[in-house]
Amino acid sequence: MIDTGYYGDFGGMFVPELLVPALKQLEQEFNKAQNDPAFQQEFYQLLNEFAGRPTPLTLTRNLVKNPKVKLYLKREDLLHGGAHKTNQVLGQALLTKRMGKSEVIAETGAGQHGVATALACALLGLKCRVYMGAKDVERQQPNVFRMRLMGAEVIPVTAGSGTLKDAVNEAMRDWSANYKTAHYLLGTAAGPHPFPTLVREFQKMIGEEAKQQVLEAEGKLPDVVMACVGGGSNAIGMFADFIDETSVKLIGIEPAGKGLDTEEHGAALCKGTKGILHGAYTYIMQNPDGQIEESYSVSAGLDYPAVGPQHAYLHETGRAQYVAVTDDEALAAFQSLAKHEGIIPALESSHALAYALKYAEAQEQDTVIVVNLSGRGDKDLAHVHQVLEARGEL
Amino acid sequence: MSRYNDMFVQLKDKQQGAFVPFVTIGDPDKETSLAIIKSLIEGGADALELGIPFSDPIADGPVIQAANIRALEQNINTEDCFEVIGAIRAQYPHIPIGLLLYSNLIFARGLESFYQQAKAAGVDSVLVADVPLHESKLFRRAAVDAGIEPIFIATPNASDDTLRECASYGRGYTYLLSRAGVTGTESQVQMPTDEIITKLTEYHAAPALLGFGISTPEQVKAALDSGAAGAISGSAVVKIIEQHLNDKPAMYQALCAFVRDMKAATQR
Repeated sequence: MIDTGYYGDFGGMFVPELLVPALKQLEQEFNKAQNDPAFQQEFYQLLNEFAGRPTPLTLTRNLVKNPKVKLYLKREDLLHGGAHKTNQVLGQALLTKRMGKSEVIAETGAGQHGVATALACALLGLKCRVYMGAKDVERQQPNVFRMRLMGAEVIPVTAGSGTLKDAVNEAMRDWSANYKTAHYLLGTAAGPHPFPTLVREFQKMIGEEAKQQVLEAEGKLPDVVMACVGGGSNAIGMFADFIDETSVKLIGIEPAGKGLDTEEHGAALCKGTKGILHGAYTYIMQNPDGQIEESYSVSAGLDYPAVGPQHAYLHETGRAQYVAVTDDEALAAFQSLAKHEGIIPALESSHALAYALKYAEAQEQDTVIVVNLSGRGDKDLAHVHQVLEARGEL
Repeated sequence: MSRYNDMFVQLKDKQQGAFVPFVTIGDPDKETSLAIIKSLIEGGADALELGIPFSDPIADGPVIQAANIRALEQNINTEDCFEVIGAIRAQYPHIPIGLLLYSNLIFARGLESFYQQAKAAGVDSVLVADVPLHESKLFRRAAVDAGIEPIFIATPNASDDTLRECASYGRGYTYLLSRAGVTGTESQVQMPTDEIITKLTEYHAAPALLGFGISTPEQVKAALDSGAAGAISGSAVVKIIEQHLNDKPAMYQALCAFVRDMKAATQR
């Protein structure tokens, strides 16, 4: 897979010819780094000593009423930066240096990837600029400030819908002019080859750790592993080490927004069709002419009209199952976890949790579930406060 | 015979290079767009490069992005674009017409059917902005099967092998890129090196038209002097449209005059 950049029919490198040499350079350097013990040692040292790996696996105490079910949370919310994003950003920042490049270009939606990129660049002495939709800049002021504090330049993008998709477009445009000195540090396991593979490899410690931790706690593999899916990086990081363990069910949870029967959702796998966006052949949200539609989700991190090509492949082959959860269900799970377990999750992760809670109640056999709690909810407090206030629930 | 081939033969006889303007079809609306394209031809365009509007044009700078948005706001779809091309083709049977677009628009229709419809509308060539040579197999096969000439981009950072592929897979003309980045005059054209032109000639590539950042007759002349067979100008043309949205007669006149000046610079 690594050589061709395809997962079945999905993936590829659908970019302007100009970017091909930069992507091939990245692919080569990544392949070398994967086989270079010194690189791996530096990467894992940063993960452990700077980012705080391994993250704990927490058995929930009060949330699940069904006595047959044990629900574990993989605590990526405890990682430095507040989300799983930090893992792969450290890997790519090290690759940037390895390629002799001094600048980093990134896109961000809610600002989580931007913050992670900014912190890695501050740590490793790289110049960083982050494209962010103008609407998102407004909505996510605290993250904009965090990025700026850590020395990143934040560039608002007004083109198109002014959200993540347009920030990706702008980052790719910048990269096509500046690939000689700059690395494009893509934020998820999507986009052109080699990003889907590279991001998975730099996130797969999530699943590797979780597997060992469950084995230690339960003496067996989990029955089900769940994660939310926007572009798909936390999910592929969680799934990767379980793909060959066929007894383990893999479930990805997409954002159903205001409902899958409305136009306001971000469920590329559940409701989208095949096409090409941002360099990859995958499932995307599009109209019959092939124009890309705007996605929607209460959670900015899942608000993306495409999905990583390996998820498209896992969906097509049936190895993983993809379902969707609405804004309201995710908000309810957000509140439940806070109230019953003392953990405030990111709205993204709340999608996975919401489905896990539904799933747990329906089980009649003993079942061990692991949910990737991909991020913490601090960044969502103002937004959730606003929503609950508007509903008169505060 | 290929209309591009005929064009290059005739231009050679006249000791001229080619001037090829680009516009997005349906910008600012379908009817005006048709009149715009006619103005370009009346001004002396040797061939046309036409875009089908797309929601996410990653290879384009701000001017052409805005043209895409204006066209999409008018709900221009691929069908509309083929209608406009058909109308032009009916009136101008000899001018080469190239399409420049993004892959998802082709995928959405199905490769085979897209290229056949393009052919039926009167299109000569198709350049897919986000399909590089090594991903182009299915696209160029569908193109050739339908009698469409696939166009590829020769970039300044291309390896020898890539230039060889570009020469061997491309038909009609070679889109020669002399600088990195996206379309637009914010970043000026840089003249191609002797090396790249020599290699393309050595590999028997189709004649090279230089694009990205061309907005003045001097640049057209310099492009020809550097060994290119002609020049393509997109953002500079679209900027004229943008500047005259409220005065169409003036728009057509300005476009016609711009092409006339650029074309005049192609005399060797």
